[in-house]
Amino acid sequence: MTETSAGRSGFPPAYLDRVGSSFTDFLGTTAPDLLPGRRTLPALPVGELAPHATTIVAATFDGGVLMGGDRRATMGNLISSRDIEKVYAADSWSVIGIAGAAGIAIEMVRLYQVELEHYEKIEGLTMSLDGKANRLAAMIRSNLGAAMQGLAVVPLFAGYDLDAAEGVSPGRIFSYDVTGGNYEERGYASVGSGSLFARNSLKKTWRPGLSADAATRTLVEALYDAADDDSATGGPDTVRRLYPIVYRVDAEGAVRLPDDEVAAVATTIVAERSAADGQG
Amino acid sequence: MTMPYYASAEQVMRDRSEYARKGISRGRSVAVLTYADGVLFIAENPSATLHKVSELYDRIGFAAVGRYSEFESLRVAGVRLADVRGYSYNRRDVTGRIIANAYAQTLGAVFTEQMKPFEVELCVAEVGDGPETDQLYRLTFDGSIVDESDFVVMGGQAEAVTSHLRQHFTAGMPLADALRVGVQALSAVSPVTAANGGAHDQLPSTQLEVAVLDRRRPKRTFRRVVGAALATLLADEQPAEAEAAPAEAAATHAPSAPAPGTPAGLGHPDAVDTAGGTEQASAQPDTQDGVGGGTDAGTPDPQQ
Repeated sequence: MTETSAGRSGFPPAYLDRVGSSFTDFLGTTAPDLLPGRRTLPALPVGELAPHATTIVAATFDGGVLMGGDRRATMGNLISSRDIEKVYAADSWSVIGIAGAAGIAIEMVRLYQVELEHYEKIEGLTMSLDGKANRLAAMIRSNLGAAMQGLAVVPLFAGYDLDAAEGVSPGRIFSYDVTGGNYEERGYASVGSGSLFARNSLKKTWRPGLSADAATRTLVEALYDAADDDSATGGPDTVRRLYPIVYRVDAEGAVRLPDDEVAAVATTIVAERSAADGQG
Repeated sequence: MTMPYYASAEQVMRDRSEYARKGISRGRSVAVLTYADGVLFIAENPSATLHKVSELYDRIGFAAVGRYSEFESLRVAGVRLADVRGYSYNRRDVTGRIIANAYAQTLGAVFTEQMKPFEVELCVAEVGDGPETDQLYRLTFDGSIVDESDFVVMGGQAEAVTSHLRQHFTAGMPLADALRVGVQALSAVSPVTAANGGAHDQLPSTQLEVAVLDRRRPKRTFRRVVGAALATLLADEQPAEAEAAPAEAAATHAPSAPAPGTPAGLGHPDAVDTAGGTEQASAQPDTQDGVGGGTDAGTPDPQQ
């Protein structure tokens, strides 16, 4: 790696060139092997061999946006992880959730987090929310080759828009496709194998201007519905006390909701569903 | 016909040193001090956007004096080195020593190999888990590196500021005390103060760039202290300064910039990582002292 030479003779020339504030572009010139999109692809589809992360949902509320994800990763017909984390804070004002090949997706999230922080440090400014969404699109686009071999990564991105005009909801959601297409969603969105069921659930329960608590419930319920019908999405695991991960981004920044809080919401939903079933 | 001339290596090096030293002493001073909860950077800098002090990594900060274009490219190189290393190893594997070494090598190479040396002096500061593990590295234009324990003063009339600090600095001061001592030391030589023919008793907050590495914060410890927060910390300022500062800051920031006036310079360490923050972010509920989240809520401040 070129970086090791720094100790011997100072910074390599590329480090001192004052061009660009993108970490990805910089790695592309100095250490391209570190970028997920620049590797030689396997000749055969390998999708069955790699763990895949599943359902992510996001919904806006009156002061920001929420994103949640279940805890399951699957490998073919097997459950490869029951406690994977698929939603991350991208920076202080945005969150990213991932569905698809877990290894590449997590690497991409790490790269994306450094990308945002790097820009912030070099420029002394936080990137605009649309700028962040575009950078992520570029990253997904570079993964298209791997996507064709069964290693697709499809993220969901949401953030608090610090530049939002008065009266416009500051919480915004962006969804992506494997080609790097970037679409802003209105109100709510979902990706992953259980997204169809989650979206239908959100369609019935989400309303504009929900409070944060109501929106949290809506989100956890959507994940419950997805797990109900999709084998690759995990429901609330009361045996191991594993519950969905939910992040909230509002005027105070991105925070992960405490497990207890999400557990309480999930337990309420399970109890209500159980009572409503009425066939026992 | 031109005559090839001979200059001894000694003479060449002396000339270059002289040249670099002159360039550096023309500027204004920067002081880097340790305090109870970390490292404090104080720079005399009338510009709100051309920074002399900035963040390199989670626990590492950077301060520089001299020619802006030169130390800016060194700063960017430091950020790149830290981020590449943190990304390919782990965030914990980025240390101030590695970055300081790279600076020393680069400055040394430029000094010996190029006609014009860099007219810069740098300080790489790293905050540890306790005061005894804080590190201050001072790097000079010729690539020499010194590990300082209490404070570093660079640029301008550095010697006068250093001797002032030697008299008044004590290790482990709370933030407000450290800031007061540092600002007094810089004010003693600054042309804007009354003693030197200026209009102020002491450097006003508009002439200062202040930042801290606060060890109590999780992850990114670097915070700028600006606007109202800075004016409040500089308690003996006239109140008019506090009002004037946010308006000026607002004009110099792009829309998505960390907030005018209130970038949560110092919020509560438990609060969300605002990375320079916004107005909303600094209005943290647990800020007890009611100054817009700007001041150091965790440190009881006997001076105010």
